[in-house]
Amino acid sequence: MNLITRGIYQIQELTLLTWRVLRSVYRPPYYLREIVHQMDVSGFGSLPIILLTGFFTGAVLALNTGNTLQRFGVQNVSGQLVATSLIRELGPVLTCLMLAGRVGSGIAAELGSMLVSEQIDAMRALGTDPIKKLVIPRIVALVTMAPALTIICDMVGTLGGLLTAMTFQGQASSVYLASAQEAVDFNEIIGGLIKPTVFGFIIAILGCYKGLSTTGGTVGVGRSTTQAMVSASILIIAVDFLLQKLILSVLLQR
Amino acid sequence: MANNLNAIEFIDVSLAFGERVILNRVSFEVHFGEAKVVMGGSGMGKSTLLRLVLGLLKPDSGRILVEGEDITDYTEEQMMSVRRKIGMVFQEGALFDSLSVYDNVAYRLREQHLPESEIEPYVIRMLRFVDLEDVVDKMPNELSGGMRRRVGIARALVGNPKIILYDEPTAGLDPITARTICELALKLRDLEDVSSIFVTHRLQDIDVLSREYVLRDDKGNLVFEQEGDRLCLINTKFIMLKDGDIIFSGTDEKMRLSDNAYIKRFLAG
Ligand SMILES: Nc1ncnc2c1ncn2[C@@H]1O[C@H](COP(=O)(O)OP(=O)(O)OP(=O)(O)O)[C@@H](O)[C@H]1O
Ligand SMILES: [Mg+2]
Repeated sequence: MNLITRGIYQIQELTLLTWRVLRSVYRPPYYLREIVHQMDVSGFGSLPIILLTGFFTGAVLALNTGNTLQRFGVQNVSGQLVATSLIRELGPVLTCLMLAGRVGSGIAAELGSMLVSEQIDAMRALGTDPIKKLVIPRIVALVTMAPALTIICDMVGTLGGLLTAMTFQGQASSVYLASAQEAVDFNEIIGGLIKPTVFGFIIAILGCYKGLSTTGGTVGVGRSTTQAMVSASILIIAVDFLLQKLILSVLLQR
Repeated sequence: MANNLNAIEFIDVSLAFGERVILNRVSFEVHFGEAKVVMGGSGMGKSTLLRLVLGLLKPDSGRILVEGEDITDYTEEQMMSVRRKIGMVFQEGALFDSLSVYDNVAYRLREQHLPESEIEPYVIRMLRFVDLEDVVDKMPNELSGGMRRRVGIARALVGNPKIILYDEPTAGLDPITARTICELALKLRDLEDVSSIFVTHRLQDIDVLSREYVLRDDKGNLVFEQEGDRLCLINTKFIMLKDGDIIFSGTDEKMRLSDNAYIKRFLAG
């Protein structure tokens, strides 16, 4: 019972925060420099881990599917298989899980320590709305950077698959690339970009919410950090299923 | 019932955290140009009281007025204009870790989009005021506790607020720095007509605030004088908080003569 009331309370608070964000996002003052800074920190800063994740995911996909495809004599479609899996599913989900771990938890830790050291109160006392100065820039940064990073992840993943196909399966690069091109369908890509946009929002709003609702000093900051990451990861995977259902029926008409 | 004599007024303000009652129908007022010294043991709700004035926290019941304006039901947005009139010195400094000392002090002016050419001399002057010119480019984590506190004071003074809230600005500082901070408060009280709430437990602060005053002599120099033959200070009043109630309110002379056991022990040190 206690768990249920707490869950409902948290959903209510989260909705309230989302509402306050949506209400004030169009109203000045705008903190453009803050937004650019956050894009740099959370977007550009995550590039190395996204490159590594994407590359090895693509490589291992090609490796795993290569044998099976060979048994049916259709190893020439491995490019398409890797690219489709990446664009549709693995690119968005893996990128955003990485972002949840790196950026979401970072947001919760930063805002949480600002809260417990009274910096958020000081900010309010000095006449700044923390929603505008702290929350909105982080949301805008993640909502824009998550799709951008996903595209990069898709691309290096396909490249990773290419290298595997060439070195371990003796496939010609032209065959792989021609097959991969088959996967590049407008609606697939749109579907593959809607997901990280939604996930980016989930990561940012949960990070901010957990950070700003920190209680219990420094120990509480640690707790918020973990919770931000875990809840964002679970929500990403759950929402991924729902979104995929929607995308399949609306965009891809299957 | 706005009373235009009061910078801050609490009317029957109550606040509880869960079961724990922090303030129980507390009423008091701070006149314009008056310093209200708030005393009380640890955890008696002194910081909470200051947070109520800033609207960082809302009371369960009662009204709070700032310069005659009833701010009790103000939204966060409406509070912003009220907060512009108030400077707050936080207990632990509450400096922005990610900003340098300079940027911390400049914060309010930057938010008001003043040109950098106006901000710089102002910030330097503020830091000189608290005697910290030489740490402008340091980050807060490179400063000592006392320095952080003084940067916090400089930041609070930016924009010449007419109301200043000090939350134990002298706690844990050496006597000389503590004295400097009290002198600062005297200057603002006596020369700038600033209204303030000054939270402290230190008896030395109480002595300085209740017995000394500052004035400018003919040559424009500042002189600190003891009250007595020439003048009796009336612009400083005292409040003692205990278990949610104000157990004393009045002048220091009255407080020193009080026969309340708690106050006696408090003043005995
Ligand atoms: N957000 C909060 N939630 C629950 N209890 C709180 C909260 N903030 C403060 N308290 C409680 O309210 C009481 C008063 O706190 P406050 O910080 O105002 O004390 P104080 O008089 O400033 O003490 P000190 O002299 O130690 O600074 C404390 O007992 C504290 O535990
Ligand atoms: Mg306190």
